[in-house]
Amino acid sequence: MGMTMAEKILADHSDKEEVKPGEYIFANLDLVMGHDVSAPRAIRIFRKMGAKKVFNKDKIILLEDHFVPNKDVNSAESCKLMKEFALEQELTHYYPVGRAGICHAFLPESGMVLPGQLIVGGDSHTCTYGALAALGTGIGATDLAAAMALGKLWFKVPETIKITFKGKPSKWITGKDLILFIIGQIGVEGAKYKSLEFDREAVTYLSVSDRLTIANMAVEVGAKCCLMPPDAKIIQYLKERTREEIDISFLESDIGVNYEKVLEFDITKIEPQVAFPYLPSNVKPISKVGKIKIDQVVIGSCTNGRLEDLRLAAEVLKGKKVPNYLRLIIIPATQKIYLDALAEDLLKVFVEAGGVINPPSCGPCPGAQMGVLAKGEKAVSTTNRNFVGRMGHKESEIYLASPLVAAASAVKGYIADPRELLI
Amino acid sequence: MVWKFGDNIDTDQIIPAKYLSISDPRELGRHCMEDKRTNFASLISSGDFIVAGNNFGCGSSREEAPFVLKEIGIKVIIAKSFSRIFLRNAINIGLSVIDCAALVDETSEGDELEIDLSKGKLKNITTSQIYQSQPMSEFLLQIINDGGLVNFVQKELQKTRRVNK
Repeated sequence: MGMTMAEKILADHSDKEEVKPGEYIFANLDLVMGHDVSAPRAIRIFRKMGAKKVFNKDKIILLEDHFVPNKDVNSAESCKLMKEFALEQELTHYYPVGRAGICHAFLPESGMVLPGQLIVGGDSHTCTYGALAALGTGIGATDLAAAMALGKLWFKVPETIKITFKGKPSKWITGKDLILFIIGQIGVEGAKYKSLEFDREAVTYLSVSDRLTIANMAVEVGAKCCLMPPDAKIIQYLKERTREEIDISFLESDIGVNYEKVLEFDITKIEPQVAFPYLPSNVKPISKVGKIKIDQVVIGSCTNGRLEDLRLAAEVLKGKKVPNYLRLIIIPATQKIYLDALAEDLLKVFVEAGGVINPPSCGPCPGAQMGVLAKGEKAVSTTNRNFVGRMGHKESEIYLASPLVAAASAVKGYIADPRELLI
Repeated sequence: MVWKFGDNIDTDQIIPAKYLSISDPRELGRHCMEDKRTNFASLISSGDFIVAGNNFGCGSSREEAPFVLKEIGIKVIIAKSFSRIFLRNAINIGLSVIDCAALVDETSEGDELEIDLSKGKLKNITTSQIYQSQPMSEFLLQIINDGGLVNFVQKELQKTRRVNK
């Protein structure tokens, strides 16, 4: 019968020859990640559990990205608690503001995520790591506390949905357009509890950055995890970042394996995509959007704050000025990306266009600071969620799109097709 | 009594992220569902139910979402389906969640319910309808019977300490 990628990784971490969908198992964890929203709560629960020491001081990553630089006294207290805990437990991987950036950009970038690993994070977008063939999945604070104490957690083995693409996307199509297109097709519950697996053909034409964007938003269709088979591009990406030995020999799904569903999408003709409020599945191709005037553009986040994303945005914004009534907010996802963007003069392009650069962080994506929307305001954002009130007032609106669409919209003042500016 | 909601009630609606740096449970609870229903927390009596459509709790991994619902007095959530992380968090903190589409379709706001968790038997007292939900898996029942994941971990840690002595 054989096993899917998710089943192989879960079997490998629970000392089992084989696991089957629906089975409950305890599995050993390779990495456990918490940030300034999930970790403080988890630390308090860890103590309530009577735990004294973390299971492995090298395998726990504590990092600040949501409400930093501290937005108020409460968030300052949260970060203080994390610092005290990291020192007390002598954690190898503790990254306060200024040392890392957004967790899901930083972990892959720094070579910590490896194929075949099982990673849990106190953040729903932990599924991002599937782009590197690691099973990453989001958990809450009690799970995070248990994971830090025991180094293992309970899992239900998910069924797998396989996605394959037909054809090659046009040069205007980014990973963001592809994942928005998929979410639009299968809906916000389209892969609930499932492992969303892409086949080798599906990822062939995609850069590692595009793959990370796609895997990042797998949770928006309800998936437990996303997995992509590792290929030469992934090996190269990892070699530039780690000296760890990389074993990918066992990872790909077996032939003839039982998928819950196989979905094939023809991507040759798709246009840039935009998700309308208030669900990421409310997707329209750019030609059907109409003229929607906007107040703010946000380019950043764990979905689209990598150097490749900033390069695309800069290509559109170079030599342009955004209209005076529009706010352009750019957020390099990590310290390294910030430095690279500086070295490539990308930040100069943004500032000259009238934009502001936020420090590496989640910024306004969760609606707490650094770009919150007023009543009735509209934003085009490269982030991942456009729920009611996500970025501010409950009557504000978020339109999700790629960095190309976001940058073009910033120039025009309304939601715009990048092809209008670059062709 | 029942408080009824539609599909895709996401964690930003249950508790907006801007409040997540608040650690005081009561203060946090006051903001539960505030963008969806004004003063929701103050309307709830202990033991009330939420009945909702598909994909309840979708979005972020914040455990504060099931936590605030439990904190303001919600006893059980019955939905057509739950998002994965919300379901996991609810079980881990000991908040009961039940899938039962038939009950959701035939129950209105303000109805009274009676629920036997161990048998998965649900009764709408207002309409006198009885429903049977999928019984919970033994594995998850064990965690709930242990009083949630905190107690489970406590037991595990005690075992390790005994072995090490």
